[in-house]
Amino acid sequence: MKAKAILQSGKLFAALGAASATTAHADDKQAPPREFAAKVHYCTTCHGVSGQGFRGFYPIPRLAGQQPDYMKNQLLAFTQKRRTNTIMFSVAHVLSPEMLSALSSHFNKLDPKPLGGGPARLASEGKTIFTQGVSATNVPACATCHGDTAAGNGEIPRLAGQLSDYVVAKLANWDKERGQIASQPDASALMEPIAHGLTPDQIKAVAAYVSTLE
Amino acid sequence: MRSRLAEALLIAAASTILFAGLASPAGAEDPAIGNCTWCHGGGAQGYLPAPRLAGQQRAYLRAQLERFRMHGRDAPASIQFMWAAAENLSDGRMRALTDYLAALDTKPAMDGNPALEGRGRDIYQNGVADENIVACVACHGPHATGVGAIPRLDGLSHSYLVRRLTDWQNGYNRAGATPMPHIAGNLSPDQIDALSSYLSNTRYAGAAR
Repeated sequence: MKAKAILQSGKLFAALGAASATTAHADDKQAPPREFAAKVHYCTTCHGVSGQGFRGFYPIPRLAGQQPDYMKNQLLAFTQKRRTNTIMFSVAHVLSPEMLSALSSHFNKLDPKPLGGGPARLASEGKTIFTQGVSATNVPACATCHGDTAAGNGEIPRLAGQLSDYVVAKLANWDKERGQIASQPDASALMEPIAHGLTPDQIKAVAAYVSTLE
Repeated sequence: MRSRLAEALLIAAASTILFAGLASPAGAEDPAIGNCTWCHGGGAQGYLPAPRLAGQQRAYLRAQLERFRMHGRDAPASIQFMWAAAENLSDGRMRALTDYLAALDTKPAMDGNPALEGRGRDIYQNGVADENIVACVACHGPHATGVGAIPRLDGLSHSYLVRRLTDWQNGYNRAGATPMPHIAGNLSPDQIDALSSYLSNTRYAGAAR
């Protein structure tokens, strides 16, 4: 089981390399400026005027500063149903490859303050989990992949400033939302055992911590 | 057209009653609650053109009363009725009033066009991505019950929903209502009719969050 997981991770990293090599070409073609401006306005209606996130009925995630490769992969994951979300399926399936690239790099450049609103008293416990992991359940330090400042890298998402209730909802529901096509494993498979290794309280703590990071 | 006329007559009639209510001596009945019933109905289920308040999100009710007091809601009906109605509400009385209203049971208006419900549901649940129209469900929730300062919409009257959306299109109520003025601006009259029909004919039986 473990060997299979490692093998799968190896395949994943190969796939990640291939994905970033192909996306370079899509950037050559530009999204039409007026359509792009209208689309940005459309995204920020829900995700906040500066992409800082918004609390509607559901927590709507921060996009500001997000890694472009992660964002592109998630938008594709919605359309391919690797990631289940009916709202974002509708949103993403009309985006051209050049619009996808343009939006991803646009939101990456935004840098508003975190939206806040998370439980601050849990942040110090969360910091310990983030920087040291949880050895009892074999959870590695989050910082290993997401970076010391939680800025993310490539297809590994930025977590800094993310809405804590969003992070909690994702980690609690990981294998029902992500990696939904067994024959097309993606980077989300790396997180699955980690999400399982965290208790609900640990999830809340680590989510509270990352939500405060700028 | 006929409903427009009916609405105008009701506004005229109700304004006479409202100010009669305001002028009545305090003490006999709680004036803050007494006045509301003239337009919103004794059970706060709404009465043309006043919306249903029963079961509405309390934080939303509070925020709107605040906006009437501050004149941030500036559509004609708001100016005519609600500015004066909210003017003398103390913070304590406002809290008591909104707590009371939020706890009341609701009835759906059921005055939408049933033939448009399917189209309305599709816009509500999925949006129209090609036209940059966002899905209402993201903020108002799968059963349109709202949350916090985001209003409950299920079972509100068709005419009220149409009026709120077109008021935004006409440039009213823009202060403090982000992102609704922008969202409403993208909707066609047909889409507004369909959405309002779906919502007014919907009732969520469970408790709102």
